[in-house]
Amino acid sequence: MNITVRVWRQKNADDKGRMVTYGVENVSEHMSFLEMLDVLNEQLTLAGDDPIAFDHDCREGICGMCGVVINGIAHGPEVTTTCQLHMRSFEDGAVIDVEPWRAGAFPVVKDLVVDRSAFDRIIQAGGYISAPTGSAPDAHAVPVPKDDADHAFDAATCIGCGACVAACPNGSAMLFTSAKITHLGLLPQGQPERESRVIGMVEQHDHEGFGSCTNIGECTSACPKGIPLDTIAQLNRDLLGALAHGKA
Amino acid sequence: MTTNVSEQFHAVGEDIHDTKAPAGPIERRWDERKFSTKLVNPANRRKLSVIVVGTGLAGASAAATLGEAGYHVKSFCYQDSPRRAHSIAAQGGINAAKNYRNDGDSIYRLFYDTVKGGDFRARESNVYRLAQVSVNIIDQCVAQGVPFAREYGGLLDNRSFGGVQVSRTFYARGQTGQQLLIGAYQALERQIAAGTVEMNTRHEMLELIMIDGKARGIIVRDMVSGEIETHTADAVVLATGGYGNVFFLSTNAMGCNVTATWRAHRKGAFFANPCYTQIHPTCIPVSGDYQSKLTLMSESLRNDGRIWVPKKAGDDRAPSDIPEDERDYYLERIYPAFGNLVPRDIASRAAKYQCDAGKGVGPGGLGVYLDFADAIARLGRHEVEAKYGNLFDMYAQITGENPYEQPMRIYPAVHYTMGGLWVDYDLQSNLEGLFVAGEANFSEHGANRLGASALMQGLADGYFVLPYTIANYLADGPYEKIDDSHPEVVAARTAVEERIEKFLSINGTRTVDSFHKELGQIMWDYCGMERTEEGLIKAISMIRDLKADFWSNVKVTGVNEELNQTLERAGRVADFFELGELMCIDALNRRESCGGHFRAESQTEDGEALRHDDEFAYVSAWEFGEEQPTLRKEPLEYEYVEMKSRSYK
Amino acid sequence: MAVSGLIMVAYLLAHMYGNLKAFAGPDSFNEYAHHLRTMLTPILPREGLLWIIRVVLLAAVLIHAYTAINLWRRNKKAAGYVGAKRYQTKQNKTGIQRSYASFTMRWGGVTIALFIVFHILNLTTNDIHPGGAADTPYGKLHNSFQSFWVLLAYTVAMIAVGFHLWHGFWSALTTLGQNYSAKRRDSFWNSAAIAIAALITIGFLAPPFAIYFFGLGG
Repeated sequence: MNITVRVWRQKNADDKGRMVTYGVENVSEHMSFLEMLDVLNEQLTLAGDDPIAFDHDCREGICGMCGVVINGIAHGPEVTTTCQLHMRSFEDGAVIDVEPWRAGAFPVVKDLVVDRSAFDRIIQAGGYISAPTGSAPDAHAVPVPKDDADHAFDAATCIGCGACVAACPNGSAMLFTSAKITHLGLLPQGQPERESRVIGMVEQHDHEGFGSCTNIGECTSACPKGIPLDTIAQLNRDLLGALAHGKA
Repeated sequence: MTTNVSEQFHAVGEDIHDTKAPAGPIERRWDERKFSTKLVNPANRRKLSVIVVGTGLAGASAAATLGEAGYHVKSFCYQDSPRRAHSIAAQGGINAAKNYRNDGDSIYRLFYDTVKGGDFRARESNVYRLAQVSVNIIDQCVAQGVPFAREYGGLLDNRSFGGVQVSRTFYARGQTGQQLLIGAYQALERQIAAGTVEMNTRHEMLELIMIDGKARGIIVRDMVSGEIETHTADAVVLATGGYGNVFFLSTNAMGCNVTATWRAHRKGAFFANPCYTQIHPTCIPVSGDYQSKLTLMSESLRNDGRIWVPKKAGDDRAPSDIPEDERDYYLERIYPAFGNLVPRDIASRAAKYQCDAGKGVGPGGLGVYLDFADAIARLGRHEVEAKYGNLFDMYAQITGENPYEQPMRIYPAVHYTMGGLWVDYDLQSNLEGLFVAGEANFSEHGANRLGASALMQGLADGYFVLPYTIANYLADGPYEKIDDSHPEVVAARTAVEERIEKFLSINGTRTVDSFHKELGQIMWDYCGMERTEEGLIKAISMIRDLKADFWSNVKVTGVNEELNQTLERAGRVADFFELGELMCIDALNRRESCGGHFRAESQTEDGEALRHDDEFAYVSAWEFGEEQPTLRKEPLEYEYVEMKSRSYK
Repeated sequence: MAVSGLIMVAYLLAHMYGNLKAFAGPDSFNEYAHHLRTMLTPILPREGLLWIIRVVLLAAVLIHAYTAINLWRRNKKAAGYVGAKRYQTKQNKTGIQRSYASFTMRWGGVTIALFIVFHILNLTTNDIHPGGAADTPYGKLHNSFQSFWVLLAYTVAMIAVGFHLWHGFWSALTTLGQNYSAKRRDSFWNSAAIAIAALITIGFLAPPFAIYFFGLGG
């Protein structure tokens, strides 16, 4: 198949940036979306042009490094990561618009690459259980009900790709933040820091300039790992509880 | 002993005898070592600095633990966040000798299985320690909030993995690596917030700084600004993963590379057993020449799937049109006892032979069928879905085919590299102050790694071994402060800058990827599942030609002072050429078949791997030389496990 | 946002209940309006409770508007607009699943605010009296809805309220932590929001439509 891609090109953080149109011929439907970009980049390199910069690493949908907005949808038309999207999801002759995640807290570094370090800083603000190495009791010391463990796992599958922010009309990172709060808050090990965690992480979330959640639900629909929307309600419950206890 | 034909490519140096492991009963050795290590006064720790390169299981856990102890840690990764290191992709699980199943497991049994599984090419002392600390790892991870699978009673679930007779594998669905890494990452972020760890993301190590025989720092490139930075410390830890990407196509992440360890090797660190590569039999086959990576599917598929090819070469009928009596279930035929469950290397090689004989299926004839029709008939679709649903979905997502209706196609792919920088019992390389952890070191897996052991080793190194041994080294510090104007620092920086300048100035006609793909094909053809003397010699010469062409004809666009992904790849591929050559030399030297290394000349009448313990029971530690490498042998002795050959017939 | 919104929802339900008295006839309606002013007297002075409700309501409206404006500004910045647009593509402008209601929260809110001003001038103070001024509450009501334009303004506003509540009620409850479903469409409170939005819209539109088309009380 032959396709046209319109890609956001931006030399660096200071450049204004614009959409640039490229044709890609003989695209196989079995190619992944990123492999199609690889092919385009080989063309550009041989022509002496600057190849398109995009983040990617594992290419098996787990590292969370890749992610672009394709035709206005984070990670494109299938509910998966960009690296797991294949060209068979597009028609021959399609015009495909490719843009970086847009959010005030995710400044563009170059082309389709954005800076997501704000996510790390949210984790630093409490997204952990303080368990210094060597201090752990036997793993069977505290049984965890299977349901709690399973739900914690569901929330823990977040890959930190940032699609939720890119999809959210408010540029909010509530789903990312709430996934961690739910993961750790459901486990007995996470209880001692449960209230300080939610206060710290939400404060940092706001401080980074992410928007506020208005419960639209685009985040969970775009999430390649299907992080459930009720994690956000869980965050709100924890937050209200912490505030009620005067933890702010 | 006759002269080895490999010696036209290398010299032979003195054997290595001291690995610093204490003598005495094996179960006491780690305690002895811990007791004999020097301690550092907590008040002095913040004056001591450690550089940790890589943030996978080994790197993140080491950096977090050293930070908790109070050392000043500088951590580096090439990704945009430490959470993305490729440990995250490990699916299966992590072994630990907890014996929660009461099924006869013990530290000794895990030790025994690992030494045997490694085909008697790993050190007994190290493997025993690995088995000992395995139990602490699970405790640690649970305390951090890793959501391992649990039973209804709330206790941890276990499964048996990779044909082992006991259930000692802890898992978190098919995402164990992800959950363990996130645990380590969170511990690391906690230390970053506490100010003990200074994190540098999007920084790639390009050189090691050696001063007065000690590793004292690294040169890194800020991948966003292109700035070349110098970082010095009292010790350096490399936890930079494996080098499977020398094959271009592998299950590694796109960015995985050998540069950090290779640069250290060029500065004098021994590179051990580079030829030991693990090839995983159940990967999704290549679909075209644009293929950028291969995806692994859990080996558990072989529990119920039946592997077959058409009996007739070149049979291109749809699988459903091939009648039962025209199918060859070759593993069941050749290995009636184990059938489809033969070890990874045997299953991989058998698939290769079928495809070499023209019986392969799918694009390019590089694939064999993995058929669940019988399993679905026997267990019902529902049960098959419950067991393998996520794997089937993954297959369907990638191939666009429905594995419930037509057999899957699978083909082997490079998955893990057992070789790496040589380290002693303290995980210190032969260079003082340079420690190596995780897949980056030559590890406890010998010639072959057992399933669910990689995660165990990475975390053992980072949480429980390095923090002790590195403290012992740091106790003699702080070492003399290094100024950026020190001649060795300046020399290292200049070398990096000149190399970058060189890449950007060649302006040839071929892309970096085209060279990488060609190198990968050479490695796969001649240094892959089956190696021969003739092929390896040919490969060495092909690699040398290709490398020369690369340095005169590669095209790297853009400038250094920007995010330049082509430039990043060029540096990595340049090092892969040199590593590839060393792998071939190592494979040529090792005229035996063991674990992940199969020499066609060394097999039994039945085509099984044939070890030569009399000649090759040693670790091949290679010393870098501009002209040619030097082989340093570290003899392996087995006091506890009797050397036996394996049989799966 | 959530709490002030819910206060207004509670008020609307009570208000709607009063409006439906119109079907019970002018006396019933007028008496109800009168009763509102004398409720809890003599504990409170006449219109005492009404003024308390008015003050609470006004506070809710002001808080709601203030937080909305803050949210609007902050979220626009957070969304990382490039010029006037966030994403340059013309495809999938409406996202993956988001409802029309969630799109119209802001302008819908403004529409409703403007309507409230008109509504108070019309039916409370009766400064605007398209169908002629009247003395009784029922008279004001009856006269106003003789005019097609009043009916139209009222209809548009009530549909806006419906959309606003469809998203707003759900959103308020989930902000207060009351959602236990992985997907919005499966949540009890999403269904409840649809029901409340429909109830309020229909409940408020029933009397005017009855007056205009069926000559209720005529």
